[in-house]
Amino acid sequence: MSREQQAVARARKAFETGRSKSVEYRINQLKNLQRLFSERQKEIAAAIKKDLNKTEVGAQFYETLGLEGEISLFIKNLKEWAAPRHVKKNLLTMSDTVYIHPEPLGVVLVIGAWNYPWAVTIRPLIGAIAAGNAAVVKPSEVCVHTSKVMEDLLPIYIDKELYPVVTGGVPETQELLRQKFDHIFYTGNSTVGKVIMEAAAKHLTPVTLELGGKSPCYIDKNCDISIACRRVTWGKYSNCGQTCIAPDYILCEPSIQNRVIEEVKKCIKEFYTDNPKTCPDYGRIINQRHFKRVMAMLEDSNIAVGGENDESDCYIAPTVLRDVKPEAKVMQEEIFGPLLPILPVSSLDEAIKLINKGEKPLALYVFSPDNKVIERMRDETSSGGFLANDCLVHYSVSALPFGGVGNSGIGCYHGKFSFDRLSHLRGCLVKKLKMEGVNDMRYPPHTLKKLGWARFFILNTVDVGWVGRMALLAALVMVAAVVIQVI
Amino acid sequence: MESQSQVLERLRTAFESRVTIPEKFRRTQLTNLMSMIKDNEEQIVNALHKDLTKPKFEAILSEVEIVMNELHCALSNLTSWMQPEYVSKNLATKLDECFVRREPLGVVLIIGPWNYPMQLLIVPLIGAIAAGNCVVIKPSEVSAATDNLITELIPKYLSKDCYAVVRGGAKETQALLKNRFDHIFYTGSQAVARVVLQAAAVHLTPVTLELGGKCPCLIYGRVNATAAAHRLVWSKFFNAGQSCVAPDYVLCSKATCDALVPALRQVLEDFYGSDIQKSPDMSRIVTPKHWTRLMGLLNRTKGKVVVGGEHDEKDRYIAPTVVVDVAEDDALMEEEIFGPILPILTIESLEESIKLTKTKEKPLAFYVFSDESSVVKKVLENSSSGGFCSNDGIVHMALPGLPFGGVGNSGFGHYHGHWGFEAFSHQRAVMLRGWALEKLNALRYPPYSDEKLSWLRWTTSPKSCSIILYQTEVLEVMCQVLFEKFLPF
Repeated sequence: MSREQQAVARARKAFETGRSKSVEYRINQLKNLQRLFSERQKEIAAAIKKDLNKTEVGAQFYETLGLEGEISLFIKNLKEWAAPRHVKKNLLTMSDTVYIHPEPLGVVLVIGAWNYPWAVTIRPLIGAIAAGNAAVVKPSEVCVHTSKVMEDLLPIYIDKELYPVVTGGVPETQELLRQKFDHIFYTGNSTVGKVIMEAAAKHLTPVTLELGGKSPCYIDKNCDISIACRRVTWGKYSNCGQTCIAPDYILCEPSIQNRVIEEVKKCIKEFYTDNPKTCPDYGRIINQRHFKRVMAMLEDSNIAVGGENDESDCYIAPTVLRDVKPEAKVMQEEIFGPLLPILPVSSLDEAIKLINKGEKPLALYVFSPDNKVIERMRDETSSGGFLANDCLVHYSVSALPFGGVGNSGIGCYHGKFSFDRLSHLRGCLVKKLKMEGVNDMRYPPHTLKKLGWARFFILNTVDVGWVGRMALLAALVMVAAVVIQVI
Repeated sequence: MESQSQVLERLRTAFESRVTIPEKFRRTQLTNLMSMIKDNEEQIVNALHKDLTKPKFEAILSEVEIVMNELHCALSNLTSWMQPEYVSKNLATKLDECFVRREPLGVVLIIGPWNYPMQLLIVPLIGAIAAGNCVVIKPSEVSAATDNLITELIPKYLSKDCYAVVRGGAKETQALLKNRFDHIFYTGSQAVARVVLQAAAVHLTPVTLELGGKCPCLIYGRVNATAAAHRLVWSKFFNAGQSCVAPDYVLCSKATCDALVPALRQVLEDFYGSDIQKSPDMSRIVTPKHWTRLMGLLNRTKGKVVVGGEHDEKDRYIAPTVVVDVAEDDALMEEEIFGPILPILTIESLEESIKLTKTKEKPLAFYVFSDESSVVKKVLENSSSGGFCSNDGIVHMALPGLPFGGVGNSGFGHYHGHWGFEAFSHQRAVMLRGWALEKLNALRYPPYSDEKLSWLRWTTSPKSCSIILYQTEVLEVMCQVLFEKFLPF
């Protein structure tokens, strides 16, 4: 048995012991995970610094702060989320118990990404644990130091049989994908997303795919351009542009292009100083392969700001490109780097047309003081999420579902959405063997009279309060008595 | 005749013209669908009788009324389903509007099966229409008369631009699957489901799979054998056992089996008379191929046939049959039976029975008959299945409040009622921020500092010290304004 097979087999065995069934157990595991973050910040931050050149504060803000909030939310609400959820009944089942029983799926595979390794690997894990599953965690091998820290620390804090960490590259991931899982949760790109879905098909395994895309950002000429550009600059260059919901490119009218460039330039200086290379708050491209990929996009573009780079340091300066055309290299794939192309468009119509030509993105941004513009943009496009007048922050609202549509993904999570996504919502009808006379109307031999009664009783739903229910029940019993006599 | 790609292009153009977005349009289509069923009830019953010799009663209950019920549910609730759903926020986003908007996915594909060819095609269609999609409808060619009827009726009642029926067998379906859809809803077998998933993977298309499995029926503890027999016979032999949620096999003790078999025999006579083949209330097997398959299982079984066993190839008839002394490795335990044969496995303890079911793939439904609620509870908590029903069979399907779907090999995703609407919608997170409070925003901008981080922790957390302040919106707004004034940045 390969190492991957063993980990999965052990996780399944641990799941079958039933110990993750109790809500108390799950909450304890989540509390342990919470302790990991409060006790090991230094190690986490050191690894992130090596992988992505984030400062300790940056690491906390972008990675662990959100996770701590998420864990607290789960601890507070898990009992309620895991409890049976009662639903409407029909007349015939009024005296029965009808509810949805959230249950674990079994063994979940969580494949993380490298750009916010803790956030996108642990957040699905929180959902998996809370829903009572076992989970095999496969951190991205691209963020070498962080994946080592995860491999070392997670087994110390949480149940190492139920939640094993399996590290490795493509061959190890492929071996994992040969095993049977009850759900696969993948964050990454759409090419690998297709491979994951195909592997899942063999075992009829449902998947959640958190992918990406080119998230457009429309800036209305009538908006407060200074504030808009501040928010866009922050959204774009955080983590050196390596964010699945970063504003990928700007659409605006030609008349404001120069102003936009000027404002973004100002903000870059304000956030990252005159020399971002020496600023501790500015990140790096994850590796040389991605550095080359991003640099190649500059070939046919007009650099308005930035452009400086250093391959040995994987450094690319915060860069703005002007007068970019849809055919340009930088518009052919998700940038995932610190290049901000501006595509001049003559109107909102043209912007919407251009956006709809591309695949549905993970996020869509519009900056405008005019609600009509916002509504039009929202109504005439499709995207995972939609945010007006800011970037990224919809991610932080746990009550909003976070996920893609079309090429940007399948399924959503965060907060209760994670819990529901990684649970099986089992429909339950608990009846008694009494009131058999009432059932008579559905049994053969069939008569038209019985059919009439069945039509009425079986298929009309009721939603009345307790008193109403009791009254209806009494009426039902009386009617049933009559019916039994009659049939 | 239009080619498949022409059909798809037409539907996509219609979707992009946004004609399906307004509530009024969806309501009209759903109302027309309702008329389609009402106006053609007799033809529907006749077609089902041709395909499956389905008794009128079964056809009305399980193919007409259930569809009408779903239509009523959709029409009554469409307005509320389409409303944005406002969500709770953290302190930093209190002044913003945050909601979830249900949006159509685009052009979706619904592939129906042959056993309930109306219900299992039209109920998903209701969800897809309500959610504002355009739909390609692929009825099963196996239930040929219903296939013909649907092909004739749909374009008469629904918008031809937005909804199209595509016909054919395996070859045509495979060709259809090569196209790009925004969702595929498939009801049928695991083997074909894998093909559907592989085709969907090419385009990253989300899928709902409604499959089947061997639905166990455990009978333990104190049991009213007569009542149990009534319900078991009804749910097992409805549609001649060709239901994805039919109780597939029974597990019980020897004593229970001994009490149950005569009760089953009596109930069968009460329901269908002494010559069941002559009863108008018993369906037939859908095709000679399936008849042969079922007879093959019956011929290979090592168990003892104690009720039924009669068959007639020309009539595609198999009598309701009960087989006892069936072992775990019997032919009848190899695959989903999907026919009127009920194996009874004798296992003395409830625990052993539960253990056996755990060795099998997760089924679409799980049944337990018992007067003891502790038995019911034990089975519920120690099993996994799409749905669960105690002391009856199938009827949990008729409740639109319950999500209907499988888990594991019995499928994923679910529908019925509101769940159908959700299955065919994209839940889009929408956040509308204001322009004010840019200073508050400054907490997140570089240069980063520990002090900024602590403030941020407080404003973005949904809990702790904010609890008191959360009591009134006024205080919350004041809090934000104070931040603005007194932040040291």
